[in-house]
Amino acid sequence: MINRNVVGAHYGLKDWIAQRATAVLMAVYTVIMAAVLLIVRPSTFEAWLGVFANGFIKFVTFLFFVSLFYHAWIGVRDIWMDYVKPTGLRLTLHVLTIVALVGYTGWAAAILWRL
Amino acid sequence: MAEMTIKKRPKNLDLTTIRLPLPGKVSILHRISGAGLFLCFPVMLWLFSASLTSAETFATFKAVFSSLPAKVILAGLIWAYVHHFCAGIRFLLLDLHVGIEKQAANKSAAVVLAVSIPLTLVLWGVLL
Repeated sequence: MINRNVVGAHYGLKDWIAQRATAVLMAVYTVIMAAVLLIVRPSTFEAWLGVFANGFIKFVTFLFFVSLFYHAWIGVRDIWMDYVKPTGLRLTLHVLTIVALVGYTGWAAAILWRL
Repeated sequence: MAEMTIKKRPKNLDLTTIRLPLPGKVSILHRISGAGLFLCFPVMLWLFSASLTSAETFATFKAVFSSLPAKVILAGLIWAYVHHFCAGIRFLLLDLHVGIEKQAANKSAAVVLAVSIPLTLVLWGVLL
């Protein structure tokens, strides 16, 4: 027999894991980039451009941005869920947050792939 | 089961009378720093774009970095990133049940602040 309260179908485990997985990816990226920048020490435009034009750096930087925006979606969604009680307003904020973050993802891709 | 879930428990949500323990302070600062970073994404993407577009926009990027109001805002963002990073590692360890006892949790919260604030100052010195 099904003997549980099924309101709210799933319990956020996927989001909870995604938030932590993206956090780990970003932490690793941060350490790698800090090391790269400490070694290369780009002070001119050409040197700075050279760092991000590198195929591997470009690839992981894009992954960083995707992780960042997914991570931010979960965190900001939690903030709206905690503090914004009127359902209509909360759902509007959720939609605006998603729209902004999807837009930022496209913007980040555009910045990186014109290099 | 039903009785347990509807049982009324006393609660105090008056922010002026709540004295947060150190882990609580690290926790709310984690949320505040995250929200601040989220709100500044457009500015950061704009700066990142400017830094990589052309030698002229790179110069603009550097000029923005050299004005005092920008330095203060950027220092705030650096702090937000560093705090979120350090507190985040602490939360990941707590998720793995590392240091969940009260004393250890207090100590690790203190470590987060003891690392994040000096590290922010070092990065401010190096980058700005």
